[in-house]
Amino acid sequence: MSKIAVKVDDLTVAYNYKPVLWDIDLEIPEGVLMAIVGPNGAGKSTLIKSILGILNPIAGSITIYGKSYAKQRSLVAYVPQKGSVDWDFPTTALDVVMMGTYGGLGWIKRPGQKEKKAALEALEKVGMLPFKNRQISQLSGGQQQRIFLARALVQDASIYFMDEPFQGVDATTEIAIINILKELRKASKTVVVVHHDLQTVPEYFDWVTFLNVKKIATGPVKDIFNDDNLTKTYGINYKVSIQK
Amino acid sequence: MDLQDYFSLVFSDYTLRTITLGTAILGAVTGMLGSFAVLRKQSLLGDAISHAALPGIAIAFLITGAKESNILLLGALISGLIGTFWIRGIITKTHLKSDTALGLILSVFFGFGMLLLTFIQKQPNANQAGLDKYLFGQAATLVESDVWLMTIVTSICLVVMLLFWKEFKLLLFDADYTKTLGFNTKFIDILITSFIVLAIVLGLQTVGVVLMSAMLLAPAAAARQWTNKLSVMVFLAALFGAFSGVFGTAISASQNNLSTGPVIVLVAGVFVIISFIFSPSRGLLFKQIRVIKNRRDLHLHKTLSFMYRIAETHENISHPHAIKILNNFHGYTRGTLQKLVDKNYVTIDGTMWSLTEEGFKTAANLYNQLTKQNE
Ligand SMILES: Nc1ncnc2c1ncn2[C@@H]1O[C@H](COP(=O)(O)OP(=O)(O)OP(=O)(O)O)[C@@H](O)[C@H]1O
Ligand SMILES: [Mg+2]
Repeated sequence: MSKIAVKVDDLTVAYNYKPVLWDIDLEIPEGVLMAIVGPNGAGKSTLIKSILGILNPIAGSITIYGKSYAKQRSLVAYVPQKGSVDWDFPTTALDVVMMGTYGGLGWIKRPGQKEKKAALEALEKVGMLPFKNRQISQLSGGQQQRIFLARALVQDASIYFMDEPFQGVDATTEIAIINILKELRKASKTVVVVHHDLQTVPEYFDWVTFLNVKKIATGPVKDIFNDDNLTKTYGINYKVSIQK
Repeated sequence: MDLQDYFSLVFSDYTLRTITLGTAILGAVTGMLGSFAVLRKQSLLGDAISHAALPGIAIAFLITGAKESNILLLGALISGLIGTFWIRGIITKTHLKSDTALGLILSVFFGFGMLLLTFIQKQPNANQAGLDKYLFGQAATLVESDVWLMTIVTSICLVVMLLFWKEFKLLLFDADYTKTLGFNTKFIDILITSFIVLAIVLGLQTVGVVLMSAMLLAPAAAARQWTNKLSVMVFLAALFGAFSGVFGTAISASQNNLSTGPVIVLVAGVFVIISFIFSPSRGLLFKQIRVIKNRRDLHLHKTLSFMYRIAETHENISHPHAIKILNNFHGYTRGTLQKLVDKNYVTIDGTMWSLTEEGFKTAANLYNQLTKQNE
């Protein structure tokens, strides 16, 4: 088996008293394109935020290639859920994508020509170059999503975490995004995606993790993407709605 | 003294110049920092901090017996900071929403401060007269050293802002992402908040506890209307704030006995109203005009495409048709027909109309154009 990119041990997270993640063990092998599926409120976003050090877990440990996130953060890029920011913020598409370079720059140092060039390339990749000077509130939902994707691409990481990058995008954008993800995997990057459309899981992803507070199952799509696990995760009989 | 006298006196009269400079600098620094508060959706924060500062002033007076503004403001700074950290504590440690925490600290601290003020006033020998100026402010009591203090704080604030500009922007837009990039968001947050506390405390003497938050919010809210760029917004907010200070002082100096703080806040309010109505991209006025114009255009286009469909059925596109048949179409009025004639899309001959070559082409491209605009 190949190298383990991300390893989660005994992770438990709670916002208040009730744990929203309970005793999660998870290994994400290098180079996979993994979907995380589960119902609303299952803790998918929470899991990603814990791995990225945004949240402090109650218990458990998380390592990226064997070391803590703080040491490895230059290897990791993040696409948050689109609704997590205020899109009326006074800034342009290019400026948001440039933010992806800030981590590499560190404190105080300003982005220069090199960073701008990288940002423009990322905009080109997601097909948003014509919109580079657009105020971000004047972008459609799908375009905003692509801006977030471009911002992560600029980070030039080895592991990408994306929280619902397909949310509210049309069919063309969805294909454009999935092609970028497949390209990333071809470059042997690891991509972890929170995904809601169960129909497309077998087509888009090669690994899948079922999550609902606890981890139900994780593994290659062809082995574990079945009615049994779907029923365990979503609590209703999925035989009718998913035909493989 | 009228306004003209004021502006001729402001350069020669020492007191007037001091007050004007003080209110201008104060307006600039609060406007600048207010942009950050507004963008973080922490509009209530300024209000909470200024109210939380009141007990500090009273306690500083009780301990030292001094009325010197620097000592009292130090007290204000300390209790303002305590209030701010309690707010943070309440938000992180309990499930209370941030506005609940802000409101709680605001009223508890303000109530306590008022209690202390009444207690001080009841004391037989106290020379308490003047402490209540911190409630509504009294710009007339500004002296040169106050203005120097404001200048120093504003300069430090400016340097720090330029230094950490990138980090501030990142945090304001996307705090979680800032964390994943390895920036200490707590540090950036404390930096911003401390400066807001400092600016508010500096303004208490001039504008007072009750109205201080308006100095923070009004210039920033006005500035947001005019630009889609953070740097321009911060600059404009500082400018609006400074102008509010100068004009407020001018008006109150020229209208005897009008107290300066409220007038400054009112002038800032006028900036807000003007901005909300007249800003070209976000203002109510132009928005309304655009809506009306869009509707008119749409009517025009609809009529044109209706004509197009009729003309299409004929070999000769400029074949004349009776105006009467347009009545079947609901959007049609005499006015729209006249406009189409003005645009050279249609010619009218008696009771007949016919499409021109240009009108036909425009109508054919209408659909394509509309979809392109919406992209
Ligand atoms: N900031 C918060 N404070 C308190 N509870 C929270 C917070 N964020 C999430 N929760 C709770 O934690 C649980 C998991 O939330 P999370 O956002 O991780 O779910 P999710 O799987 O991403 O859901 P969705 O599909 O709707 O995005 C939910 O029950 C939610 O109510
Ligand atoms: Mg989520």
